[in-house]
Amino acid sequence: MASIATAPGPTPPAAIEAVGINKRFGPVQANRDVTLSVAKGTIHGIIGENGAGKSTLMSILYGYYQADSGTIRVNGREVRMADSAEALSHGVGMVHQHFMLVDTFTALENIVLGVEGGALLAAGLAAARTRLEALQRDYQLDVPLDTVVGDLPVGLRQRIEILKALFRGADILILDEPTGVLTPQEADHLFRILRSLKAEGKTVILITHKLREIMDVTDAVTVMRQGTVVAEVRTAETNREALAELMVGRKVATSHTRGAAAPGAAFLTVSDLAVRDDLGVERVKGISFTVRAGEIVGIAGVSGNGQSELLEALSGIRVPSRGTITLRGTTLTPAALDARRLREAKVAHVPEDRQRMGLITAFDADESAILGYHRSSAVSGAALLKRSTIVERCRDAMQRFDVRPSNPRLRTSLFSGGNQQKIVLAREIDQDPDVLLVGQPTRGVDIGAIEFIHRRLLALRDAGKAILLVSVELEEILALADRILVMFDGHLVGEMDRSAATERRLGLMMAGIAEEAA
Amino acid sequence: MEDTLGLIVSLAAATLRVATPLILAALAGMFSERSGVVDIGLEGKMLAAAFFSASTALVTGSAWLGLCAGVASAVALAMVHGLASITYNGNQMVSGLALNVLVAGLTPLLATVWFQQAGRTPTVPNGARFLPVSLPGAEAFGTVPLLGPLYRSVVSGHNVLVYLAIAAVPLAAWILFRTRFGLRLRAVGENPHALDTAGVNVAWMRYRALAIGGVLCGFAGTYLSIGQGAGFIQDMTAGRGFLALAALIFGKWLPVPTLLACFLFAFTDAVQVRLQGVPLPGIGVIPVQFIQAIPYVLTVLLLAGFVGKAVAPKAIGLPYVKSR
Repeated sequence: MASIATAPGPTPPAAIEAVGINKRFGPVQANRDVTLSVAKGTIHGIIGENGAGKSTLMSILYGYYQADSGTIRVNGREVRMADSAEALSHGVGMVHQHFMLVDTFTALENIVLGVEGGALLAAGLAAARTRLEALQRDYQLDVPLDTVVGDLPVGLRQRIEILKALFRGADILILDEPTGVLTPQEADHLFRILRSLKAEGKTVILITHKLREIMDVTDAVTVMRQGTVVAEVRTAETNREALAELMVGRKVATSHTRGAAAPGAAFLTVSDLAVRDDLGVERVKGISFTVRAGEIVGIAGVSGNGQSELLEALSGIRVPSRGTITLRGTTLTPAALDARRLREAKVAHVPEDRQRMGLITAFDADESAILGYHRSSAVSGAALLKRSTIVERCRDAMQRFDVRPSNPRLRTSLFSGGNQQKIVLAREIDQDPDVLLVGQPTRGVDIGAIEFIHRRLLALRDAGKAILLVSVELEEILALADRILVMFDGHLVGEMDRSAATERRLGLMMAGIAEEAA
Repeated sequence: MEDTLGLIVSLAAATLRVATPLILAALAGMFSERSGVVDIGLEGKMLAAAFFSASTALVTGSAWLGLCAGVASAVALAMVHGLASITYNGNQMVSGLALNVLVAGLTPLLATVWFQQAGRTPTVPNGARFLPVSLPGAEAFGTVPLLGPLYRSVVSGHNVLVYLAIAAVPLAAWILFRTRFGLRLRAVGENPHALDTAGVNVAWMRYRALAIGGVLCGFAGTYLSIGQGAGFIQDMTAGRGFLALAALIFGKWLPVPTLLACFLFAFTDAVQVRLQGVPLPGIGVIPVQFIQAIPYVLTVLLLAGFVGKAVAPKAIGLPYVKSR
């Protein structure tokens, strides 16, 4: 039988379309006259800096917020989305940035929540299990259905969220910053899932601020800035630099021109360091390395391979079980390590999780800006803090580090992620440390701030300081480090110069595959 | 031998009687707190129910109408708590405490105005109370050695509210873990955002949970004034609401462990009654106040040291506000 060619009919209506969306939160216009059109069966990227209005727009498409004005069309039909249940009934499902899961429930219970299929659970759960097993096969979404979600890694939790949306019959899937919490491997798996969804005719909207992801998986991309759409382009017809410029509104250096490192004396020497976590499990298993003056040593690795414990030990937050740390010739034994003493020995620390360990979000910015150094005579008198000095110092630091808004008396939680990170960075760099420990300096930070933070770190290196950088972002390691150490299962499994490093080589080491075998 | 058996039987029967209001109130707290709403107002709801059931029973002569009034008053207070803490996102602790203070003052006042008795109702006649019922065969088997007295005086011989309280425990467990309502109830207390994004109304879930709590508090208060007691007395709940809350925490918000915790508290109370005025070897007679304090001291000790890590519903005490 001859194949019948599809007649070239009129263009099919877009899977989802938003026209003239406006949304205001108090004084902030989060969306201004936003128009978006996503073709059926494509992966469509929405890119923009933090606060550009991407998440607000998606929440409106999902019925979580109501737009002040504007219309939404699904498959060409105008719809009202009064709540998320209504969005689901139109086939729109959302995978939120912060997972909407109940940690104490099993994966299965989480997935059926809201669509249990009857007043009694048993029958509905059994029917759901059958359907889910089919979905898991179709889309490579393997998840243990009967494990409590709180015990699962984030990558799997995200698959549960995707299953949840598909189980509810979503044809249009919105993912909000899905890779922010994922390792490179997990992210790659996610992209495979997204491609298989697309192959099955589903429409995917991917919100992100990572250019690489946009270039890798999307068909078209909408760029947002300050609440408005500034461009809509086909991915094949653009490139990273053009997108970055559209996002930020000015030229951005995505890779820095940098001079060669001129390493000097050893500032930080770690020998045979072992660290246990709260449960007594050894997470760092006897490692040794040196960081010299004027160089950035990057520690690459999939998160959870002991990097966090290493940073905590070096900064005096966690007592190592054995090993020594030598600072400019002074050797410290585990018993002598505490956070205060290390700070006094000119070791500064930008922690991995700024909101939990770097700042107190309920404090004003100027208070957050002296944490850890509040005993210094510059800010503290005999009994009282020198409030006006603290405010002035903070205002000055905010200007030098481009913190916006530069208001020291604003609550820390009101700053965006990038600006919070700059507050931490300013505090630590201003102490003129010999050694700077930096963990995930740009996690959840927008591209403009990333550029700024990277430039400051390089400047510090050029000023002859020793920097130890821990990051799960390979791109970041490659952009900053002069020497790269790879950490896997508590051991250092590789060391190489920046010039010898490639993403592929590092990726294999991070996966624990020895170089000879590779 | 006879004596030991008699002691055991009477302690067990007393434990059951004392435990009843604790069980009902603790279950009330379980529904409310599992939904994410702190229920420090158990005490007030019980006290209101005790007063209104006694008053209604006195006026109408019907224990059942008394129960209805008791339940209605407790549910009404639960809805006030809901209005403050769910609809208006108020502080749940403050709202609950306010109810306790309000009821503690209002009930004696109303009693004085309505019945011209200082802070109490007149004695409720037996016809308007829930009287102990004799289960079939209690007398016939009563003479069987060992099991006879146990059946006659421990299993049989309580009023209907005692049996309802015991039956409420498996029922609550079934609702919580086997029904759609229970799944959503547990979800709303752990992560209301998950429920909201799944298209379920968070506020409506919480109101229903509070209403169930109100009904159970209504039973508990009614039991105090026209089941176990025969009339309302000022502050007759005497901290049982807080004890129930402690049992709930000790029982980690789970039905059966909470039941056991209630039994433990009730048992120490039954023992303290027994110990009053009894000289202890080597110590002599301990002042009654110290003996009476035993259940409360035990509560503090258990909660402070022996509970282990009680993991509360994660969203407890937090008003639900949509946000990122």
